Amino acid sequence: MTALLPLLILLTSLVPAVVIFFLPERAWRMRSAINLAGAGAKLGLVMYMLDRVAAGALYEFGFPLVAGLDLLLRVDALALLFVTLSAFLWLLTTIFAIAYLGHGPNQSRFFGFFSLCVFATTGIALSGSLITFFVFYELLTLSTWPLVVHRGDAPSLAAGRLYLAYTLGGSAALLLGILWLEGLVGPIEFTVHGSLAGVDPGTLRVCFLLLVGGLGVKAALVPLHAWLPTAMVAPAPVSALLHAVAVVKAGAFGILRVVFDVYGIGLVQGLGLGLPLAVAASATILYGSLRALAQSDIKRRLAFSTVSQVSYIALGAALAGPAAVVGGLVHLVHQGLMKITLFFCAGALAETLHIHRVEELDGAGRRMPLTMLAFSVAALGMIGVPPVAGFISKWYLGTGALQAGQVWVIFVLAGSSLLNAAYFLPLLYRAWFLPAAGGAAGPDRAAAPLGEEAEWGLVLPPLVTAAAALGAGLFAAVAFSPLGWARLIVARDYGLW
Amino acid sequence: MPWVVMAVALPFAGMLLALPLGRHAHRLAWAVLPSGLAVSVLLVVQVWRGGETVAYAIGGFAPPLGIALRADGLSALLVLTTALVVCATGLFALAEFRPPSAEREARASVLFWPLLFALWGALNAAFLGGDLFNLYVALELLTLAAVPLVSLEGKPETFAAALRYLLFALLGSVLYLVGVALLYGAYGTLDIALLAGAARSEPAAWAAGALMTAGLLAKTALFPLHLWLPPAHAGAPAAASAVLSGLVVKASFYLLVRLWFDALPAVAHPEAATLLAALGTAAILFGSVLALRQERLKLAVAYSTMAQLGYLFLMFPLTGGPTEAQPWSAGAWNGGILHAISHAFAKSAMFLAAGLILEAVGHDRIAGLGGIGRALPMTVFAFGLAGLSLMGLPPSGGFIAKWLLVTTALASGQWWWAVPMLAGGLLAAGYVFRVLNPALAGADEPVALRRPVPRRRQAIPLVLALLSVLLGLLPLGPYRLLWVGRPTAAEEGLG
Repeated sequence: MTALLPLLILLTSLVPAVVIFFLPERAWRMRSAINLAGAGAKLGLVMYMLDRVAAGALYEFGFPLVAGLDLLLRVDALALLFVTLSAFLWLLTTIFAIAYLGHGPNQSRFFGFFSLCVFATTGIALSGSLITFFVFYELLTLSTWPLVVHRGDAPSLAAGRLYLAYTLGGSAALLLGILWLEGLVGPIEFTVHGSLAGVDPGTLRVCFLLLVGGLGVKAALVPLHAWLPTAMVAPAPVSALLHAVAVVKAGAFGILRVVFDVYGIGLVQGLGLGLPLAVAASATILYGSLRALAQSDIKRRLAFSTVSQVSYIALGAALAGPAAVVGGLVHLVHQGLMKITLFFCAGALAETLHIHRVEELDGAGRRMPLTMLAFSVAALGMIGVPPVAGFISKWYLGTGALQAGQVWVIFVLAGSSLLNAAYFLPLLYRAWFLPAAGGAAGPDRAAAPLGEEAEWGLVLPPLVTAAAALGAGLFAAVAFSPLGWARLIVARDYGLW
Repeated sequence: MPWVVMAVALPFAGMLLALPLGRHAHRLAWAVLPSGLAVSVLLVVQVWRGGETVAYAIGGFAPPLGIALRADGLSALLVLTTALVVCATGLFALAEFRPPSAEREARASVLFWPLLFALWGALNAAFLGGDLFNLYVALELLTLAAVPLVSLEGKPETFAAALRYLLFALLGSVLYLVGVALLYGAYGTLDIALLAGAARSEPAAWAAGALMTAGLLAKTALFPLHLWLPPAHAGAPAAASAVLSGLVVKASFYLLVRLWFDALPAVAHPEAATLLAALGTAAILFGSVLALRQERLKLAVAYSTMAQLGYLFLMFPLTGGPTEAQPWSAGAWNGGILHAISHAFAKSAMFLAAGLILEAVGHDRIAGLGGIGRALPMTVFAFGLAGLSLMGLPPSGGFIAKWLLVTTALASGQWWWAVPMLAGGLLAAGYVFRVLNPALAGADEPVALRRPVPRRRQAIPLVLALLSVLLGLLPLGPYRLLWVGRPTAAEEGLG
């Protein structure tokens, strides 16, 4: 039974996906029930496995396809870090999406592909070998595309085309890199110290470039990031999926796997690949923040902020010092919690008050106090204000940079925080301290304690994720906090601490 | 029971019965399709259980004197693939080729069924024949059944396409026949197994091999002999296109594989294999680019066939190669065969889906298909799933095939073959999503359906597309079947 756990956890999203595809459009009660049941079951299973893996268990499930091509699922601590995040956020995103989409068209298609996306993400997290990773990674690309074009208007279709052009190109590079390495050393499983001893260093460098370049498309490394800001035309739950639950995370997670488990941290440093990766990540961090500053569309600003923030993860892996690695790993979770909050709020603002642009935010704090409260917590976290989670990530990354002797990284982090403040604080100022333009709110509604807040399905998820982001910072010292788990991974599985 | 004989005889019997039945021929489908499928399954089980090639000497005369039918793993798998595709297409065609009250369409309905059964019999004869002259006969029958299918609807432009197809096919037959004659003159036998022992690398064998190969290439529509394929496959009715594109071109490819790997492996020259792969590469690139530029859906799908056939020819230089780092053997050979099979399912699904769209909307101009995903969700989904296999993305049979071919290319240091295969995948994504992207467009101006398409019919391409996907998720089993009676050249390479 326990051997089948990895498979079971995949089925909690695959089965809802398949069933929902065949549900008639009007059966929204049934659809919502199936969705929530799947998400709930997945979260339950993840909780159980967290406990077992902390105690030292390792779950594996193999399925041979052709000689040399085995699908291998393996639940280790790093896999669980990602699965826990996506399972938790999936549940909340589902609640949000049900409320957000209401009774719009093509819902069976939307939720079917939505569940398929989470299935693919879970598969990515649980992959035990490079080729398994690739299979799920591609599935993620294909199942996300119908969500990006969901609205079906011209900008959505254009965003969909751009998304495919970038991601499929990246996949081709990734596949070439994988097959090249496998041609030299046979099937590659994720093992702690890598399995590439004895391969010519030049080839290894080229393959590293292919792998990280291919993964960098989804991780939105500059200059491979252009699809991400364009894709913000998709509905808010899809943005949450792209920016926090699944897509960019899959790219960043892939980079972690390549650095830690395919090459091994030692080999990456030995080949002199750590520094270039750190520089690329730093460049992305600064570039993303600069571009975010110039955006006047809220969702576009958030999207460029993601470009910047996700590269903290790659930066941590590239710096290789124990604290830096912890910082990168923990930011995988922290960025997810904060960014999903921001996108939930942006979606709620757009849906309820039709606020899309920065200038329109004036007085939004009084009109939607709970939403803006969640937004503020997450934005402060992004800037790195303690005690919100973002501070922990930056603290560990900075310490790690000093450990690794890369003092310049401190300046990158400080510069990025300044820029984060520069593009988030004006939003908060407008929302809380400026009066609403033209008195849009009627006196009766503005007087209500909750202002013009929409239904609870749009309010609750951002509040929960904001609370989680705050909790992850406040209770960072607890064993099952994201930080505690990241330290467990680094200490137990990689022996760095 | 000699299932080998039944597999050939049953469809031909169906054809003979269908002719006198005339207007009622479609009723026969309910008997011939399931029994033919059952025979094919039993043949696969027989080969699988026995673990060795099943041979049957007709009339009890052994090969130098008589004629043998042989079924190894490869033949059995292709026979089963054929049966599945033909059955699905037949079910699909039942709604189309059933005699209506109007006189005009009656001829097509009367002719379709005997032609389909003849095509099926000829395909099985080609896959099971053990003798090069028998294979010639099978190929000729195949051509004679396939060409009329193209012009079944009697439109003038399809006559031109059918004539061009006939011209290329006959040219191919002549070249092949001359080669057969040369071989018979040199070695006194045409039995494949006996030839393999007798043939040496000498001018007569070279000339014969070259002529037969050229003939078969014309029938397989390998670049630059592809000119006949797009108009013929795009012009035929959907059900016919599905079998023509999915199966018929695979028969001549299969003969090429038999000729090179089974009959004349010692004669095959590495440079010749490289030439085949180079033509294949050109086919992938040109075919995909041309598919991208088509304005009509069925033509785009037909050009995609031209491109996908190119992949098959990469297996020739890639078989063999160093095997130290590979835990698999005969990767490229398996990959080529698997590609042929998964393309059969994917392409027939795609043509049937395109046919449904054409039927429902009344045209197949890609630009005019915005929002079709809303009107025909199952059909568009089937089209997308089939596209998965053509793009070579997981999970699909096309992915496993491409994985096997590309890994072998990289492991044997021939990386230059890997690049066009990956590029071809990207181009395929281009022509598949060029259709899918507008299909999901919003409801500003939804396409008007001329008539609704029942879900039952929409399910047929979906099932075929699912088969091409499932092929990528099957465990080792079918590959073990493929190993039954596999020629040594498949593992050790040619020459």
